[in-house]
Amino acid sequence: MTKEELIAKLKTIVQPYIQNEEAFNNLSENTDFINDLKINSANLVDVILDVEDEFDIRIENDDMERMVSVKAAMDIVNEKLAEK
Amino acid sequence: MRVVITGLGVVAPNGVGIDAFTKAIKNGESGITFHQNLADLNFSCCIGGIPQISEEKKGAYLTPLQLRGFNSSGILYGCMAGMDAWKDAGFKIDSESDLDFDSGTVFGTGTSGVEKFREAIYKLDDKQVKRLGSTVVVQTMASGVSAFLGGILGLGNQVTTNSSACTTGTEAILMGYERIKNGQAKRMLVGSCSDDGPYIWGGFDAMRVMTYKHNESPEQGSRPMSASASGFVPGSGAGALVLESLETALERNATIYAEVLGGNINSGGQRNGGTMTAPNAKAVQRCIKDAIKNAGITAKEIDVINGHLTATSKDGLEIENWTKALDRKGGDFPYINSLKSMVGHCLSAAGSIESVATVLQIKEQFVFPNINCDDLHPDISQLISEEKIVKKLLKTEVNIAAKASFGFGDVNGCVIFKKY
Repeated sequence: MTKEELIAKLKTIVQPYIQNEEAFNNLSENTDFINDLKINSANLVDVILDVEDEFDIRIENDDMERMVSVKAAMDIVNEKLAEK
Repeated sequence: MRVVITGLGVVAPNGVGIDAFTKAIKNGESGITFHQNLADLNFSCCIGGIPQISEEKKGAYLTPLQLRGFNSSGILYGCMAGMDAWKDAGFKIDSESDLDFDSGTVFGTGTSGVEKFREAIYKLDDKQVKRLGSTVVVQTMASGVSAFLGGILGLGNQVTTNSSACTTGTEAILMGYERIKNGQAKRMLVGSCSDDGPYIWGGFDAMRVMTYKHNESPEQGSRPMSASASGFVPGSGAGALVLESLETALERNATIYAEVLGGNINSGGQRNGGTMTAPNAKAVQRCIKDAIKNAGITAKEIDVINGHLTATSKDGLEIENWTKALDRKGGDFPYINSLKSMVGHCLSAAGSIESVATVLQIKEQFVFPNINCDDLHPDISQLISEEKIVKKLLKTEVNIAAKASFGFGDVNGCVIFKKY
């Protein structure tokens, strides 16, 4: 999977939860889930569940804590996929 | 301080929205239908009242994000009725609105999100606690419905949920009324809701208090005051009323449906014949008498009663309690009806849906028909004239109406409404 493909998949996953349309349209590797997309912090666990389902991976507590941006999500997904 | 009703909302088995509901109750339309899922689960009673709501309609009230992982029918009904009442009272619903410290809500329920809870329990037992997501707590906490409404409307006064079994809705009205009367709020959205389906109704089926004789004739199943009444029919939905001080209602030139004169809440303490499931007659009578006293009227002034009248063997006792509390019987008894004949027993939503029906009777000056009562129970015909049980839509002057609800735990509530 290319970097662009991964970003596109993450973009689809976060779409239901975002509250800043402009930041969402300009979503890049550097986009922060809470500060930029204004995702409600309670919904971060839902984003993580959706990421787990999409990539068929399991994300543990310590990874969950750092998964607050597109970049971090990409790193975690790539790590988990490499472990498979 | 006088308190008036300036907005109504309802999600009932026989009508969603005030217009559809008003038409349905005038025409005596039943909302009771057969449910195959109850039959598949071996229920004795396979009929019930469930409001008809399309996916499109849900989307008109809740956002796609709110509807993600959403599985709480009671919260849906409560939000729809509450939002409708708010708009009916002349307010806009805007997620960016200023916080309103003068407005709050008391919105009751019996339990919240039983289907959601079931989903969660299956996941938990499968050791998948991490997979629950963020939606379980807010949909299964008892105060879920008031929490949803508080956020949707931007309420800054008290936001809470009361719970007192089948008295819940009536109690919510009186709690909101008192808060306004005490000067602690200008406006309170009051109401209640109840989930539908097997997981909320199963316990009642097990107690054999629901009828099993009308699975082939659902619309005839709910028979309050009838000699052939054989148990209640379960229902669901929500009712909501916007209560407000007369002063603010007049200031903003609001439509006034009726005035809340007062009421009373008490308990029979499960003494003197009262039990967890049966009412203490003395306490019921006292509740009605104290409500009349609190409202500052006399029993003679009551034109119409909207009873609790569930279609169990207790209907006769309820009528007897009314005759004693009012000291009126035979042809001197007020008109009486039970909405449950059309929608079933909506449990924690009953008091609010039935209060909405009562207030509509005052606003439009009619008494809705009590269906399925062609064979009046002889115990009741000994107490009151049959003509007092309204069986066909009656256009008449309705100045003062009494609404009572009685619930498990031996709890009672009675509220008095007056034409404004």
